[in-house]
Amino acid sequence: MASSRQKRIRNFCIIAHIDHGKSTLADRLIEKTGTLTQREMEAQVLDTMELEKERGITIKAQAVRLIHTDENGQEYILNLIDTPGHVDFNYEVSRSLAACEGAILVVDATQGIQAQTLANCYLALDHDLEIVPVINKIDLPSARPDEVKQEIEDIIGLDASDAPLISAKVGLGIEEVLKTIVEKIPCPSGDEEDPLRALIFDSYYDSYKGVVCYVRVMEGSIKPGTKIRLMATEKEYEVAEVGIFTPSLLNTQELKAGDVGYVTASIKNVRDARVGDTITEAERPAKEPLEGYRPAIPMVYCGIYPADGAKYTELREALEKLQLNDAALVFEPETSIALGFGFRCGFLGLLHMEIIQERLEREYNLDLVTTAPSVIYKITKTNGEVIDLTNPTNMPEPSEIDYMEEPIVKASIICPTEFVGAVMDLCQEKRGTFKNMEYLETTRVMLHYVMPLNEIVYDFFDTLKSRTKGYASLDYELAGYMQSELVKLDILLNGDIVDALSQIVPKERAYQKGRAIAEKLKDIIPRQMFEIPIQAAIGSKIIARETIRALRKDVLAKCYGGDITRKKKLLEKQKEGKKRMKQIGTVEVPQEAFMSVLKVD
Amino acid sequence: MNSLYVHIPFCIKKCLYCDFNSNSDLNLQDAYVEALIKEIRSLDYDEFNTIFVGGGTPTILNLKNMEKLLKELMKFNSKEFTFEANPGTITGDKIKLLKEFGVNRISMGLQAWQDRLLKKLGRVHDLNDFLFSYDLIRKEQFNNVNIDLMFAIPEQSVEDWIETVDNVLKIKPEHISCYSLIIEEGTPFYKMEMEGELKVVDESDERQMYYYSVSKLNSNGLNQYEISNFSMNGYECKHNITYWKNKEYIGVGSGAHSYENGFRYFNIRKTDGYIKAMANGSAVEERIKITKNDEISEYMFLGLRMIEGINKKDFEERFNLKVEDIFQKEIIKLERQNLIINDKSSIKLTPKGIDLSNQVFLHFLME
Repeated sequence: MASSRQKRIRNFCIIAHIDHGKSTLADRLIEKTGTLTQREMEAQVLDTMELEKERGITIKAQAVRLIHTDENGQEYILNLIDTPGHVDFNYEVSRSLAACEGAILVVDATQGIQAQTLANCYLALDHDLEIVPVINKIDLPSARPDEVKQEIEDIIGLDASDAPLISAKVGLGIEEVLKTIVEKIPCPSGDEEDPLRALIFDSYYDSYKGVVCYVRVMEGSIKPGTKIRLMATEKEYEVAEVGIFTPSLLNTQELKAGDVGYVTASIKNVRDARVGDTITEAERPAKEPLEGYRPAIPMVYCGIYPADGAKYTELREALEKLQLNDAALVFEPETSIALGFGFRCGFLGLLHMEIIQERLEREYNLDLVTTAPSVIYKITKTNGEVIDLTNPTNMPEPSEIDYMEEPIVKASIICPTEFVGAVMDLCQEKRGTFKNMEYLETTRVMLHYVMPLNEIVYDFFDTLKSRTKGYASLDYELAGYMQSELVKLDILLNGDIVDALSQIVPKERAYQKGRAIAEKLKDIIPRQMFEIPIQAAIGSKIIARETIRALRKDVLAKCYGGDITRKKKLLEKQKEGKKRMKQIGTVEVPQEAFMSVLKVD
Repeated sequence: MNSLYVHIPFCIKKCLYCDFNSNSDLNLQDAYVEALIKEIRSLDYDEFNTIFVGGGTPTILNLKNMEKLLKELMKFNSKEFTFEANPGTITGDKIKLLKEFGVNRISMGLQAWQDRLLKKLGRVHDLNDFLFSYDLIRKEQFNNVNIDLMFAIPEQSVEDWIETVDNVLKIKPEHISCYSLIIEEGTPFYKMEMEGELKVVDESDERQMYYYSVSKLNSNGLNQYEISNFSMNGYECKHNITYWKNKEYIGVGSGAHSYENGFRYFNIRKTDGYIKAMANGSAVEERIKITKNDEISEYMFLGLRMIEGINKKDFEERFNLKVEDIFQKEIIKLERQNLIINDKSSIKLTPKGIDLSNQVFLHFLME
């Protein structure tokens, strides 16, 4: 039974396909409830990272407490939890959902249901959330709200007949959304007197407070001085501070069952207060932790090296700092013959990888050489030993390998019927196995495929978008491992294997890939003073060869009327270009070459 | 002061490959020459060892303007006084005037012996125009004449180039410059190349052409003294040597560059802008301080253009440092790559080093 205090609380999140207006609706709700004044508002107010605003995506979860007064003068506390919107962060999303009783499902009135709409919706249903559909962008001339309502009913099976029709952009219908939240979303329950159980749904490191845990208190209460235990990591701390999000942190006396807020306890590392863990009292612990905890598991690995070898220590320090705040980032030192000292880093997915790279380059001003990302292959050796391969260089001799497995995903793609052929061709090229196809309506279908993760980690989504004129949407989830015929493809420059260019490829594509990579490298590596053979090899067998001809001439044009400055600038530019290259043996290789091996078909 | 460069930005028509500072606004010539003279009079020097009047096409000026300009320049008592004279703009009267006012070296742009290539380049003259002008110049007793030639012209064959070099040798110029055509951004040629309309000469033909000129000219008494320049003994262009030895000079006229008291600076490039600015006293657009490191870098990449290379003693006297103190590592590497010859008194490019001169110069750029 909910207490009278709890009856005036609603905890909810907003779920949507990318660009359907999730962050804009959050902005409007914050504005409408007067949580922030107009002056304090800025677009995507909950996306605090520069990168989030730039890319229009949410990477970290955020929370904000809204105070809504209904027409009878009754005040409600609405805790909005903004979740990341990318498949890389699916686990984080699931924890945020677990902190809520309901979700607002935002659907674009023109585009209708998309792959992520469905995926997020199912995720919310898994957590028994009450889903409240909202039709957004109805101000656009192309809006077709009635059809979209029908889609929601037909495809998801939700009653959308009284779904608010809104435009978050122009601020239309926001009041109605607030009303619907209060009416439709259940209030929290949970006994305030029970032993404490609080779910950590996100955390970040603050250099003054230590780790700030975002929590939802399920049962019991927590206040400064409470001795707490983290049930997964089994660490104990004393609470220093609790509070709520306004959205900036506001210190309060206590958090009780049903509340969303933050807890600090001089925790030194986000690894000690992991997302999904349960906080309980040390002296009166709960019997069971909350369900659903799992440690973050990296899915994709790549080598990250400083372009300037002397910056190795700086790179390590930067990774350590990022790791303070990112329990999913793992790294360990590795040495490449070609690239020197660097790190093998593991990420949740490609977006996560790109974000870390970009932050290293921007926030820590590092110039990086990144190798092509690789998934984790499982190798069963003839002696029965099973190893996880994260770096192609470490692949055992073929004679020692019994069989290999690669990770696969279940992918669902929604697209208009006219692009079905194009999508099927693409999935086929990417070694996909067709499962089935459903008609969502007469003009749109959803295709289900099982595909190797390796095939979608790089540019699958971009290619899908371009082959369907932007109409297709994609969602995928991991679906275990599958046995595959795989080989290690090596690249030799000037006769020597460049370890940083090796990759694992399906056997039947090896020849084609080898040729394509050799051709690509021929274009990317500039001519040098001697001839450079490029070879692709499997084991000792050369399967492709290209030659970069020796540079025969590099002379400046006529220097006229004493314009020395211009000549010098040209030379300096040339030298700058050279400096950005990696010296491998006697060959100078541009940094982009290491990623380029992935971009061939 | 060593040298004075005088820029005349006018041309009848811009050649298709040209990215120098030139235009066809000939109606500006009176005002321009007036501004130029104002700038020349403002100089703090009484003498220049060499003067070079270049362009554009200096001989496009009318007689009146040419005379006004020459009068100013004559005062400087130069030992070498060069005037660029382009076929198609030269008349007997103009040549006489040049002689009368002390010009003692003429530089002519021929580029190619074949009319079809001249047309391709967008030149305003044909071979006959050139021969006629050359004759006029020789008749006025000019005994120091340079001819500019160009190789790697689109559609030029190695045979075309051999024909050009051989025929030019027959008319016995004292000096020849041979430049490989470089397609510069912003020129019509650049656009044509981008659109695939230009049949560029491939690299191996280009090098063959270059090697031919070097061996043919050297064996005919025109010695190579710089990557692109050849002359009879004693007829090296002293003006250009000022640049290559990284000595100071003054440039006047639109877009002209100067190197004076440790600064490089240059004038406004546009003709009308220059005229306006000079009316207010100065047309300098930007001044750049040359640090010691800049100076050393420039000394190296300019000096190495000369076949004799850089003189170690000269380096030491100028910088109070041995060249090896700064570039020990680079010198060893380049020597090992057979790009330079490092002997007791000098460092110079090998033939391979000439082909890849930029690759050598890069090593001598200091931060």
